[in-house]
Amino acid sequence: MLIRMLVAAMTCAFVFPALAEDQNARLAAELATLREQVAQMKTVYENRIAALEEKLATVGKPEPANDAALVPRTGPLPLPVSQAASRVSAKSNAPSFNPEISLVLQGAYTNRKEVEERHIGGFVGADNHHGEHGHGDDRRGFTLDETELVLAADIDPYWRGQTMLAVSDGEIEVEEAWFQTTALGRGARIKAGRFLSGIGYLNEQHPHQWDFYGQPLMYKALFGSHNYAQDGLQLKWVAPLDTFLELGAEVGRGQNFPGDDRNVSSANSHALFAHVGGDIGVSNSWRAGLSWLRTRAGKRESHFETDHGDAPGAFNGRSRVWIADFVYKWAPDGNPARNNFKFQAEYFHRAENGNLSVNNGGNLYGNLWRTRQSGYYLAGVYQFTPNWRTGLRYDRLSSGRQNLGDNPAGIEIVNYRPNRVSAMADYSWSEFSRLRLQLSRDRAVPGVTDNQVTLQYIMNLGSHGAHKF
Amino acid sequence: MTKRFPVLFCLLCALPAVASAAVKILATVPEWGALAREIGGERVDVTVATTAMQDPHRIEARPSLIARARTAEVIVATGADLEIGWLPLLVRESGNRRIQLGQPGYFEAASVVQLRDIPPTANRAMGDVHAAGDPHFHLDPRNILPVASALAERLAQVDPAGAAAYRDNLDRFTGRWRTAVMRWETEGASLKGTAFLQAHRSFGYLAYWLGLENRGELEPKPGIEPGSAHLSRIVASQQSVPAAMILRAAYQDETAARWVSERTGIAFVTLPFTVGGTPQATDLFGLFDDTLSRLKNAARQARP
Repeated sequence: MLIRMLVAAMTCAFVFPALAEDQNARLAAELATLREQVAQMKTVYENRIAALEEKLATVGKPEPANDAALVPRTGPLPLPVSQAASRVSAKSNAPSFNPEISLVLQGAYTNRKEVEERHIGGFVGADNHHGEHGHGDDRRGFTLDETELVLAADIDPYWRGQTMLAVSDGEIEVEEAWFQTTALGRGARIKAGRFLSGIGYLNEQHPHQWDFYGQPLMYKALFGSHNYAQDGLQLKWVAPLDTFLELGAEVGRGQNFPGDDRNVSSANSHALFAHVGGDIGVSNSWRAGLSWLRTRAGKRESHFETDHGDAPGAFNGRSRVWIADFVYKWAPDGNPARNNFKFQAEYFHRAENGNLSVNNGGNLYGNLWRTRQSGYYLAGVYQFTPNWRTGLRYDRLSSGRQNLGDNPAGIEIVNYRPNRVSAMADYSWSEFSRLRLQLSRDRAVPGVTDNQVTLQYIMNLGSHGAHKF
Repeated sequence: MTKRFPVLFCLLCALPAVASAAVKILATVPEWGALAREIGGERVDVTVATTAMQDPHRIEARPSLIARARTAEVIVATGADLEIGWLPLLVRESGNRRIQLGQPGYFEAASVVQLRDIPPTANRAMGDVHAAGDPHFHLDPRNILPVASALAERLAQVDPAGAAAYRDNLDRFTGRWRTAVMRWETEGASLKGTAFLQAHRSFGYLAYWLGLENRGELEPKPGIEPGSAHLSRIVASQQSVPAAMILRAAYQDETAARWVSERTGIAFVTLPFTVGGTPQATDLFGLFDDTLSRLKNAARQARP
């Protein structure tokens, strides 16, 4: 290399003697650089020879074990050889388990008031559709919450699949079972099967990812004790822009609250969502979203308080939900390992239009049902040491406008603003184990102030996948 | 509004991909960003997902990174599980076929380097061990060359028109790098046998290359924060034959290193660890120049 450069420089000097003055000057400068490099190399080699002589002088003396680590001081620079264990290993970032299996153990001890038929005041109960188990949200004492079992893998070069089973006593619930394209390209992906809808922020997260024990009241009022799952199709597209912009559309069976299983050939649930996000400097990042969900119910059953007591009713009509969500994260220098802060907020507005048939004391009444309800939560979590985090969450709902027309069924209209304040502190031994203490003042049930204490554990076994932002 | 939503969606779908002449590279860590600039020269447009102040194990697939991955033509990653907590998710969420695992646009440096310290068993009771071996291999400068040549080959595959340019850049870089490594080895010869403690298992390859003696980590297990009892034991163990220095990467918390340093009198040295870790480590050459000069300064102070 050096010789080639020298030859080139010399050729230039001989072949073009009549070069302009400035070119001569440049050549001179180049020659000077070359001389400097030669001098530098000379020093390097002299040093090496000195080192070699020194080494020769010490021949026969025992060498430290890791001497092999040093490069021979003569000859060309060798590339690293396999002195280390020569067994070939899977060196990729790709998970080596196939499929990636992960199991999450969750349970809690809860101290709370005994409330008969706990429900959110001013809202129709969504829980009927999921039975009684929930996430231990209504149970007291020691509880084993759902055990999450996740299996995920690339199926082939074109598809990826994942299933999440929630195991609790006497039942295995298929929370997710989907496959998704990986080779469609151009930022587009299609997912099919049963999946958590992309609406909102928290909806796609599993309980073990939640920063607090129990989901926000807003999600409980909207979808019951489980996040909204679709049996259907999802199209997601990320725009080729410097700022993050993701659009999504879903069609599904819509059998979950606020819809119900109408068993029709057309899609019973439609959703659209858009997310934007980015960084502000190196320490701050954010994401904001807007989502829309429309479901239909044919015979959605719930219980109502009437002038004759408790009466079963069935809703037939349409439910439209808007959700606005925002997440902001801060970490010094963008390094969340030691300290970080997360703020999240979501707001919803739900409009239901239809009619209600209520069985009141043996008589069937047809009732108008038009409601406009809303709610929000705000939550902040601060990690103040690598192991400790603390957080505060505020929930508030508004029963809003409930237009029941002439109300022939005599349904008791409850106007109420449920609210709850929760404070939590959690300790993580590693990213796989966490213990959380949470105190809540829950005013979701009218006339009841319920001070709750919960101690919760979350333990991750196996190949734990990365969490979304 | 609900009617306008799908229209907006279609309009945005119809936007043509942002055309740009340069090959867009997304490097996960600064060292590969710097190498991609050396090899790619003016033909590439490099963005780096992390800075030297960020722990590469603990990055989130932030929206901004998904946007970068969406338009990237090549991902240059370390591999060996280093980015396992965020890169697979990032690549998936981008919906960008060119950078999926197995595509020419997905490059892992670890694929051409022989890794060291492969644990006999990978059990989480040992902490957050890297089953494939220690992934911080860029700190042995001899490992840079095979990565450089594999990267040049890969870039030529993705951008055949630039094949000659990548080969030229590689030749030039290789020449400069070999000279530099010889210089560093001469300069670093005096460091041989220097005993050190380290905050995390970050400097295994550096120690191997320079013949330094590793006396252990401040972390009880990889990825587990040291408690005061553990640090007290380390302080006690340094009473009879103390190490010469405590090494810490720029992104690592200095509390533990400072605590031990104050109680033992052993100097703690902040090494850039990667490009941008110190003001002097502006490129790969600066990274090793500065690492050596900081090590030698510390060694001089330790040997009064």
